[in-house]
Amino acid sequence: MEKLVMRGGVWLFVALLLLLAAAASSDWAFSVHMSIACLAALIAAFASGKGFDFLSQRYPVLSADNASKYDDDLIRFGLIATIFWGLAGFLAGLYIALQLAFPALNLNFEYTTFGRLRPLHTSAVIFAFGGNALIATSFYVVQRTCRARLAFPSLARFVFWGYQLFIVLAATGYLMGVTQSKEYAEPEWYVDLWLTVVWVSYLAVFVGTLMKRKEPHIYVANWFYLSFIITVAMLHLVNNVSLPVSLVGSQSYSAFAGVQSAMTQWWYGHNAVGFFLTAGFLAMMYYFVPKQAERPVYSYRLSIIHFWALIFLYIWAGPHHLHYTALPDWAQTLGMVFSIVLWMPSWGGMINGLMTLNGAWDKIRTDPIIRMMVMSLAFYGMSTFEGPMMSIKAVNSLSHYTDWTIGHVHSGALGWNGMVTFGCLYYLAPRLWGRERLYSLRMVNWHFWLASAGIVFYASAMWVSGIMQGLMWREYGADGYLVYSFVETVDAMFPMYLIRAFGGLLYLTGAIVMTVNIWKTIAGSPLRQEAPMTETPYNPEADRPAVAVPAE
Amino acid sequence: MTYETARHFADSWGLLSMTVLFIGLIGWTFRKGAKKAHDEAANMIFRDDDNG
Repeated sequence: MEKLVMRGGVWLFVALLLLLAAAASSDWAFSVHMSIACLAALIAAFASGKGFDFLSQRYPVLSADNASKYDDDLIRFGLIATIFWGLAGFLAGLYIALQLAFPALNLNFEYTTFGRLRPLHTSAVIFAFGGNALIATSFYVVQRTCRARLAFPSLARFVFWGYQLFIVLAATGYLMGVTQSKEYAEPEWYVDLWLTVVWVSYLAVFVGTLMKRKEPHIYVANWFYLSFIITVAMLHLVNNVSLPVSLVGSQSYSAFAGVQSAMTQWWYGHNAVGFFLTAGFLAMMYYFVPKQAERPVYSYRLSIIHFWALIFLYIWAGPHHLHYTALPDWAQTLGMVFSIVLWMPSWGGMINGLMTLNGAWDKIRTDPIIRMMVMSLAFYGMSTFEGPMMSIKAVNSLSHYTDWTIGHVHSGALGWNGMVTFGCLYYLAPRLWGRERLYSLRMVNWHFWLASAGIVFYASAMWVSGIMQGLMWREYGADGYLVYSFVETVDAMFPMYLIRAFGGLLYLTGAIVMTVNIWKTIAGSPLRQEAPMTETPYNPEADRPAVAVPAE
Repeated sequence: MTYETARHFADSWGLLSMTVLFIGLIGWTFRKGAKKAHDEAANMIFRDDDNG
C-alpha cells in the first residue's frame, strides 16, 4: 500500500509542479507543453493504481512470478506504436511532397507551412517510427539472447511511455514553431532534458538485462544496440548544450557559434544516421534475418569486424556535410576520406546479411518476409555506396543542396530502415500475440511490391531532379552570366515532384496494407483464404500407368 | 591545454593508440579457437526456441 501511495503521490506532485510551470510560463507554447506534460503525469498517477494488487500489496505484472516467460507487454505496445507513428510520418511526408509541387497546400496557415511540417515528418519517421522499432526490438532481442527477463521492469515502462511523451512534445512543438533550428535535433532545451532522463533509463534497463544474462557470450546484435544507445546519448548531450532564456520559456541559445556550431551539428547529424539508423537497425538485421532464414549468420567473425570498423570510422565522417563551407579544408578532406573508407565495412555487413541466405536462396521466392529483408539489405548496400560517392568533393560540388541528397536519404530510410523494420514487425506480430502465423502472406507480398515500386519512383525522380538542378545552377552562358534564374530550376523540377509524390503514395499504401494485415493477425481473425506462395503443380492426366496403345 | 597541444596529441599518441586498439580488436577474432566460439555464438539464438 505504501508503494502505491508513494508512486501515485510522486506523480501527482510532478503534475502539480508542471501545472505551476504552465501558469508561470513566459510564452504560450511553453504553457501548452507544460499542460501536456501535466496531463501525462496525471495519467501516470492513475496508471500506477491500475496494475496494483491490493491483496499481495504489489504489482503482479512487474514481479518475477512469471519468470518462465519473457516480459513482452511493452514490446506489444511498441509494435503498435511503431505502426501508428509510421503511418503518421509517411502521411506527413506525402503531404509535404505535395506541398512542394502545389504550394497552395500550405493553406496560408502558419501551423501547416512546409517549414513546420517538414521536421514533423523527419522526426516522426526517424525518432517515432524508427525509435519505437529500436526500443521494442532491443527489448525483445536482449531478453532472448540473454535468456533473462528485462531488468528494472518499472523503469522499462517509464522508458517506453516517456519516449512517447517526448515524441508528442517534439511534434506539437514543431507545429507551434518551437525549434532550436538544428536539423534532426529541433526540440528545445526542456524536451532535450526529458529525453536525456528517458535515454539514461533506457541504458540502465538494457545494461541491467545484459548483466543478469544466463548466457556466457553477449550476442553481436546486443553490441550494436548498446553502441547505438551509448553513442546517441553522447551526441544528444553535446549537440544540445544551450542556455535557456527563461526557465519557464521555450527559447534557448546554443553554446556554440559559427563554424564550430556547424561542425558540432553535423558531427551529431551524421552520427545520428550512423548509430541510430545504421548500428541500431544492423542489430535488428543480425538477430531477425538469421531467425527468419532459420540459419546462423554467414560469418560471426565478419559481424565483429563489421562492428569495430563502423565504431572506429563512422564518428569521423560528419564533415562531408560541410564541403566548400567555412570549415577548414583539412577537416573537409578528413570527412571525405573516412566516408570513402566506410564503404568497406558497410558492404562487409551487407554481404554478411545476404550470405546468411547461402543455401536457402529459394526462400526469397517462397517467403515474402525474407524477401523484404533481402531488399532492405540491397538498399543498405546501394545507399552505403551512393553516400561515400557523394562525399567526394568533386561529386559533392554538383550534388550538395540539391534533391539528389533527398533521394539518397530516402533510398536509405525507405529502403533499408523501412523494409527491415517491416520484416521485423511481420516476424514479431504472430509470435507476440501467439498466433499460428500472419493473417496473410499474400498481403506481405503486396506490401513488398508497393513499397519497392514506391522507392524506385521516389529515388529515380530525385536523381533526375537533383542532377538537373545542380547542372542548371552552374550553367554559365558565353557572356559569363548564369543562364538560369533560381525559379526556372524550380519550374523544371515540377514533373519530378509529382513522380516523387506518387512514389510516396505507393509506399504509404503498402504500409496501410501492412496495418490491415497485422491488425487482423492481432485480432485473431481466421487466416485469409488465399493461394499459397508456392505450389507444386499436379496433373491428373499424367498420373496413371503407361498403357500400350495398339498401332493403327 | 591549448588547441595546438591537443592537436599534436591527436595526430601522434592518440592516432597510434587508436590504431593499435583497432588492430588488436580485429586480430582477436583470428585467435586460435575463435572459430569454435564464433560457431557457438552464431547458433546460440536457435536454442530454447519455445520461449522465443
